[in-house]
Amino acid sequence: MAGRDELFAALLQLADDHLILGHRVGEWTGHAPMLEEDLALTNLALDLLGQARAIYAYAGQVEGEGRDEDKLAFLRLELEYRNLLLVERPNGDFAHTILRQFYFAAFMKPWWDWAAVNSTDETLKGIAGKAAKEMAYHVRHCGEWVIRLGDGTDESAARMRAAVDALHRYTAELFTDTPAFKACVDADILPARDSIRPAWDATVRMVFDEARLDVPEVPFPAQGGRDGLHGEEMGHLLAELQYMQRTYPDMKW
Amino acid sequence: MAQAAGIRSLDDARAWAAAAAVPDPEVPCVTVADLGILRSVEIEDGVAVAKVSPTYSGCPAVVAIELAIEAALREAGFEPRIERVMSPAWTTDWITAEGREKLRAYGIAPPVNASKSKMALFGETVVNCPRCGSPDTHKVSEFGSTPCKAHYICKACAEPFDYFKCI
Repeated sequence: MAGRDELFAALLQLADDHLILGHRVGEWTGHAPMLEEDLALTNLALDLLGQARAIYAYAGQVEGEGRDEDKLAFLRLELEYRNLLLVERPNGDFAHTILRQFYFAAFMKPWWDWAAVNSTDETLKGIAGKAAKEMAYHVRHCGEWVIRLGDGTDESAARMRAAVDALHRYTAELFTDTPAFKACVDADILPARDSIRPAWDATVRMVFDEARLDVPEVPFPAQGGRDGLHGEEMGHLLAELQYMQRTYPDMKW
Repeated sequence: MAQAAGIRSLDDARAWAAAAAVPDPEVPCVTVADLGILRSVEIEDGVAVAKVSPTYSGCPAVVAIELAIEAALREAGFEPRIERVMSPAWTTDWITAEGREKLRAYGIAPPVNASKSKMALFGETVVNCPRCGSPDTHKVSEFGSTPCKAHYICKACAEPFDYFKCI
């Protein structure tokens, strides 16, 4: 049985993943290699922020202490953010951004699919129904780019291989359930993260095969985001993300 | 109309009619009822409760739509309350036949398939040009001017157009 504290903690971890990645992808707005891709990346970011907002709003209700989605998103300290390290990685070049998004979406799509059908929590079930459909677009769009770049020119292939080398070691954390997640798994609220492994492996292998990329062995996976242990770049991200609320507390649009 | 079966009184019917006539702020040729995002309007203890489903999680129009429905109900003499309904998730299958036709006439190709049809991970769909009807169209981008649309161009008549994505 998942108690209130455990559900709240799991929701926060989940929402943080989406907020931080949404912010990262949003950094591309106005900077993408071409107009269509600028629109695409902005749309992907918007999906993630919308999902984050819905999850934070629900987390605030569960906590029951009057914190709304804005307070949870903007007014916590770095150590209190419990997102995956993968999602806070800097954008790097376009290949890095696309691959990071592909890794994340290839996990979230089947994870949400399970929750949309099986979750015993009606609110999460609703959020999942919407998010699963949106993440299908992310998998397809980013998967197509991984193939185009990996099986493209010498330059694009080299960049995609460099992105795989840099980011693959952050993917193990996708499959690790924290105690809060485990409590929600036991209550049939959320799917076990390691149960998504076969689906994720299959999607990544299918796309990598077409992209002529190898799935690397990772002897030392990077973990720590769920404990609040972030990379140096996280502080820079939060400085920008939280600027308005820190400067003008409780400001509204 | 989505809720005809649920109408229990004349007031229910009047409240539904007032809310249902609200146009979508991004695609004003269709109403919130045409799109199927207005799920129901019922009078509960003197309050007109309108249930609304967002199209996309991050759709910036959600709040504008809710405010517009609230204003329309107030105008019609009701005390309104808006409830955002996430489950079941909105699908393009809920766009009415009339709504689809209005979209096409407005220059937006309506969603092609039922959302549960094959539409595999890397599936392709044929989208007819809303201007000349040709199936010889090319997807420029999976993403368009709003979260719900993709960007296409017609190879027959050269018209660039939006396609209302099937989800």
